[in-house]
Amino acid sequence: MKGNGRIIEYALSTLARRKFKNFSVAAVFSVLIAVLSSILFLTHAYKTETLKLLDNSPAIILQNMSGGRHELIPTEYIKTLSGIAGVGQIAPRYWGYYYDSLTSANYTLMAVDEGMQDVKLIEGRMPQTDTECAVGRGVADLRQAGLKDDFFLITGAEQSVNLKIVGIFTANSAILTNDLVVMTKDGLVKFFNMPADRATDITIEVNNPAEVSMVARKIRHAFPNSRPILKSELIRTYDNIFNWRGGIVLTMFFGAIAAFMIFVWDKATGINAQERQEIGILKAIGWETSDVLTLKFWEGAVVAICSFFTGLILAYVHVFYFNAQFLAPVLKGWSVLFPRFEPMPYIDIYQIFVLFFLTVVPYVAAGVVPSWKAAISDPDVVMR
Amino acid sequence: MSKTKLFAGFIFLEAAVLAALYIGSVSRVQLKEPEMALKRRMVRVMKLTDVAFWTEARYTRHPSQADFFAPFQDFPSSVDHFPAGSIAPPLQIHGAR
Repeated sequence: MKGNGRIIEYALSTLARRKFKNFSVAAVFSVLIAVLSSILFLTHAYKTETLKLLDNSPAIILQNMSGGRHELIPTEYIKTLSGIAGVGQIAPRYWGYYYDSLTSANYTLMAVDEGMQDVKLIEGRMPQTDTECAVGRGVADLRQAGLKDDFFLITGAEQSVNLKIVGIFTANSAILTNDLVVMTKDGLVKFFNMPADRATDITIEVNNPAEVSMVARKIRHAFPNSRPILKSELIRTYDNIFNWRGGIVLTMFFGAIAAFMIFVWDKATGINAQERQEIGILKAIGWETSDVLTLKFWEGAVVAICSFFTGLILAYVHVFYFNAQFLAPVLKGWSVLFPRFEPMPYIDIYQIFVLFFLTVVPYVAAGVVPSWKAAISDPDVVMR
Repeated sequence: MSKTKLFAGFIFLEAAVLAALYIGSVSRVQLKEPEMALKRRMVRVMKLTDVAFWTEARYTRHPSQADFFAPFQDFPSSVDHFPAGSIAPPLQIHGAR
């Protein structure tokens, strides 16, 4: 047989003869690639963004434990902590949760401190008095509130606290601030009825990043009831959460892979009588075994490569232009407040190559292997 | 036009679209870099430890700050209530197999 070009031409003609079947296969293959790629694109994009952001978190967060649970931490610990060699800036954090029965949503209430005044991603400003607050875009939208509007919260004693919204975090910071209600420290301590000498937790910076675990060990030694959470643990937690090994994403991934494997297995376990006869005729008119294999390779490659590229394009458009409309409900879960899905288009080329070798290569091989078995047989036997 | 040319044209078109999307994604990430810098600064200044994706429970809002036994914190042997909980795999406990 003469040249690959003619074999490709013949392969395309063969595919065109069974256009409905081949088009259906290509459509299913494209959808499968689109689903898998969407999951990979979305999780990788959010994982990358989250890890890049959280790399700026405090080196250590110190929690106090009581009865095996998180407990408010005495601020007097700060004096001892500042005496530990290698410890940099130490600051107590005041924050807590608030369930809003009006909207059935959970808010995270947080106290402002001096450094926060120059946060840029906010319309308006941070609160300066006990009657002011700044809220996340999600909270503002849920309460249909704007700047200078009143914002009611009900304390544990069933008394309402009336705050004035002086700042709304911008929508592009929603991944960090969507459910936040930022108040002054005194306002928050009063609202949660916290003892004056307690904070929610303490953040600790360490001068030399290589000494973080050493400092954490010293802290554990000084306060056996405490739980230091290192930045590396925090990053590992999020790495796990967004890793495609996790939960629903895993299930979807394996569901799709299993469907594909059954499909490929069905193809690999044999070719039908018509295809067998076709191979016999080609052999009888003088085709070499290598020509038949090249033909079958191209038949598989045309469908697989077209489907792979189409699937990738569909996945990219779905995730980064339509904000993953089909996956969003799964990822949102039960959250009433969920930031707008706008993943940053971080792409991992390595993942695309892995997907290519997991899908295109088996598909092409599944077409070539049974044809090879038929092609090495005597044409007369094959055609019967 | 021969089928081979049509096929090559189609593959070339798809490859070109993919290349354009990839270049677009790189430039979009670069364009968003100043915004990312502001968000990183926000994390540092506000001492944030978690992202505000899932707000339905303490352990989904702040997975990094949750108790060690986070998925079962509400009562012993309780099943996981929230779909988001299934996205967070259980912690690897040292020595456990």
